[in-house]
Amino acid sequence: MTDMKLMQGNEACAAGAIAAGVRFFGGYPITPSTEIAETMAKDLPAVGGHFIQMEDEIGGMGVVLGAALAGQKVLTATSGPGFSLKQELIGYAACAEIPVVIVDVQRVGPSTGQPTSPSQGDVMQARWGTHGDHPMIVLSPWSVRETFDATVMAVNYAERFRTPVILLMDEIVGHLRENVQLPEQEKIDVYTRRQPTKTREQGYQPYKPEADLVPNPAAFGTGYRIHVTGLVHDYTGFPSGSPAVTEEFIDRLHKKIAIAQDEITHYDEFFMEDAEYAVVSYGGVARTAYEAVQQARRQGIKVGMVRLMTIWPFADKVIEKIAGKVKSILVPELNYGQLVNEIKRAANGQCEVKLLAKYNTEIFTPEEILSEIEKLQGGSK
Amino acid sequence: MEDRIYEKYFRQHRLPHIWCPGCGNGIVMKAIVEAVEKQKLNRDNTVIVSGIGCSSRASGYMDFDTLHTAHGRAIPFATGIKLANPKLNVIVITGDGDCTAIGGNHFIHGARRNVDLTVVLFNNSIYGMTGGQASPMTPVHKKATTAPYGSVDRPFDACHLAEAAGAAYVARSTAFHVQHLTDMIAGGIARDGFSFIEAVVQCPTAYGRKNKMADPAQMMMWMRDNAVMKAAWDKLPTDKRDEKFPIGVFYQHEFTEYGKAYNEVIEMAQGGKK
Repeated sequence: MTDMKLMQGNEACAAGAIAAGVRFFGGYPITPSTEIAETMAKDLPAVGGHFIQMEDEIGGMGVVLGAALAGQKVLTATSGPGFSLKQELIGYAACAEIPVVIVDVQRVGPSTGQPTSPSQGDVMQARWGTHGDHPMIVLSPWSVRETFDATVMAVNYAERFRTPVILLMDEIVGHLRENVQLPEQEKIDVYTRRQPTKTREQGYQPYKPEADLVPNPAAFGTGYRIHVTGLVHDYTGFPSGSPAVTEEFIDRLHKKIAIAQDEITHYDEFFMEDAEYAVVSYGGVARTAYEAVQQARRQGIKVGMVRLMTIWPFADKVIEKIAGKVKSILVPELNYGQLVNEIKRAANGQCEVKLLAKYNTEIFTPEEILSEIEKLQGGSK
Repeated sequence: MEDRIYEKYFRQHRLPHIWCPGCGNGIVMKAIVEAVEKQKLNRDNTVIVSGIGCSSRASGYMDFDTLHTAHGRAIPFATGIKLANPKLNVIVITGDGDCTAIGGNHFIHGARRNVDLTVVLFNNSIYGMTGGQASPMTPVHKKATTAPYGSVDRPFDACHLAEAAGAAYVARSTAFHVQHLTDMIAGGIARDGFSFIEAVVQCPTAYGRKNKMADPAQMMMWMRDNAVMKAAWDKLPTDKRDEKFPIGVFYQHEFTEYGKAYNEVIEMAQGGKK
């Protein structure tokens, strides 16, 4: 372990990106994510990388995708309004299978909303913001140290699955300062992008998938002379209007993530062994929920907690299992109610699922969540 | 034996192209590979990046690393490619709608930033792929499906725009003046910085038919009769300019190329240069 230091979530994100091998950042200033860009501007050139401030959020997405196609590991960061603008090229990255991490440090919306109060209002946009059918990997850290780890993980998943990965932070975690001890570089698991195994002469096809359904398009400038497009394409990379090719393509995009879902589903369980009630939470809100659950336990209430780090693909199996054990699930969210509907779907009627929504710019207090936990107990008697 | 240029630089299996009979895009695409040949670029180190629209389908036919991006976004992608691997020669193919409407912000900032890119704008004065809507480069009073009474929008002069925004090299030619066009593109490739070449092309199908020039040859004759070499243009009295327009190299500036300037940042950050 390295020395203990006081660090902000946004700074931990930048440090995690560099530790994971990111050497290119393009972006546009927006609170509450700006410290990520500022840290990258200072630290990336020191490791021989590039930081570029672009003319807008769309340019920030385009420039990192170009760098990724030239072989670099890349990351960009934004908040709600910028996240909306980036959606066009997030879809491009999904279609052309370009590894990229997009950090969204959420703030209250819609539109300019309440800059820059905390929110979890982009949960559904992270999943469905770009048009068309596509899978999405979305990770939401709950601490400064986990922001570092989640960023490394996000870069690794982007590279391994050749897909956009969203690091869905919130203002709470982004601006939180905590003492952290970061791992030594050699202890960090860093994925290296796969290279083509065949030459052009051997019939290399840039978009032909391997056994894991992920293809190996060559980096530009390596002599393969490949074509990359946002049109639906076949294994050669060239556009195809064929219904069969389109169906196989859309299927494969989804399946390459689906077959790895168990491995990329990260969550914590607390006090669940004998729990009669559960709080399901994520991101900065989970810190408050954890405190409330501990207070409830001290009062003798048999409540447990599940903290989701992987938001998408949704942890259906995890929720289905706990819904079969408890009488009710409480879902505190800093939005009008987004992930709660997925939790209801996965619980599939096995237990009551109750939303505790807050969207007035303030974070939850432990007492607010505790009071709802107490009501769960009352309701079940 | 040296390959013939079509066989050397085009993906034979992707041809014939999708452009309409009489379209000028193929002429510009050929001029680009002639310029690549002339400048002796290593094909495996050359990337063609395009946006969306008729012009931008060219990338698929050209046997390089090629990238067909989203509408208007070719310049940001190209910027990332060039900075990530400065050994690559990066040529951008765009159209009047792609570059000056939806991509307008990227265009002016690309010129300002001065990354070593060569941007070739195929100006057919219309949105061809979507069937003939007015673009920011459709001349006033010309008709389009979205300007059935004639356009009242004042058009951009993309060359003036590029120069004002800080491009290192700005030139114009036409699909009629093929050798000249090739030279203009070759000059842009040779320049270390953001180079911009406007290539005026005929679109008989979506533009010509609406504007009493349905015959491609007639459109090319119009280019022959109205394009004036810059030196002659400068001497031409304003009242004689009418529909005429200048071609040639308009501006060349020695600005520090962005990637090279950033190398100094890297050096400073690593504790070298102060």
